[in-house]
Amino acid sequence: MTARVGVVTFPGSLDDGDAARAVRIAGAEPVRLWHGDPQLHGVDAVVLPGGFSYGDYLRCGAIARFAPVMEKIIDAAAGGLPVLGICNGFQILCEAHLLPGALTRNQHLHFRNRDQILRIEATGTAWTNTFQSGQEVLIPVKNGEGCYVADTATLDALEAEGRVVARYVGGNPNGSQRDIAAITNPAGNVVGIMPHPEHAVEALTGPSLDGLGFFTSVLKHLVGTPA
Amino acid sequence: MPRVVVDVMLKPEILDPQGQAVANALPRLGVNDVASVRIGRRIEIDFTGEPDLDRAREIADKLLANPVIEDFTVRLVEADEPADARS
Repeated sequence: MTARVGVVTFPGSLDDGDAARAVRIAGAEPVRLWHGDPQLHGVDAVVLPGGFSYGDYLRCGAIARFAPVMEKIIDAAAGGLPVLGICNGFQILCEAHLLPGALTRNQHLHFRNRDQILRIEATGTAWTNTFQSGQEVLIPVKNGEGCYVADTATLDALEAEGRVVARYVGGNPNGSQRDIAAITNPAGNVVGIMPHPEHAVEALTGPSLDGLGFFTSVLKHLVGTPA
Repeated sequence: MPRVVVDVMLKPEILDPQGQAVANALPRLGVNDVASVRIGRRIEIDFTGEPDLDRAREIADKLLANPVIEDFTVRLVEADEPADARS
């Protein structure tokens, strides 16, 4: 049976179409979820896409975190549902306290839009199990508020527990502490990533096909998970 | 009717690049004696009935501020107090 991967659209989401396409290219069935609909429609995993939910009012992701669909996602994530938050989705996961820390204004105040090398460091998560540890991938980064911050104890815990999923290599685009580009929760089912794997799944539009690995990983993870 | 004012500031240990950018612009105004600038947010809340500070604190803690990076204070002011009343 084909895995069904939900992609949430909030008011102001930008990359929901690309995320759904990446899911399809990876071999799963994308299921569009609506922020105001408190139903997960039986999906096996969820992607929170990039964009500017609710116009980034107050703080990025602060209002989206209280959307009706998010209440369901927060509950399901606690039960092991794989959830990938990309860019604004990462911000929403931090605001929802599914991931520690916060994403703040880029240190240099400039919006950064470029192809970025990342080193994948955690390959045990639901979204990175098809990568090799230490593998370098090329994925677009595009954010204005992508500077990852957390207190020292949290950063040390993330490192000690192997929960830094990816780091920036060849230049930190936003000032993130310890070059952190992606992290996971203790169970490894929730991953937040600032760069955009969904923009690196086709030769025509992406700098590589490296992003596809995140979406094929969740399929592999679901096959290994008893229904 | 008094109004609830919530002030939200980045925690002291969190870098404020906006404030730094403003501080760096001040010499262009001929101001050279400012050591640092930090930028926060003031939120005014009018309740339909009596102002409820406990409820305002809950709103601030859950939504208006992100306790991971921000501190907040909650206080009452007279609703007709001008924005610069503290000056």
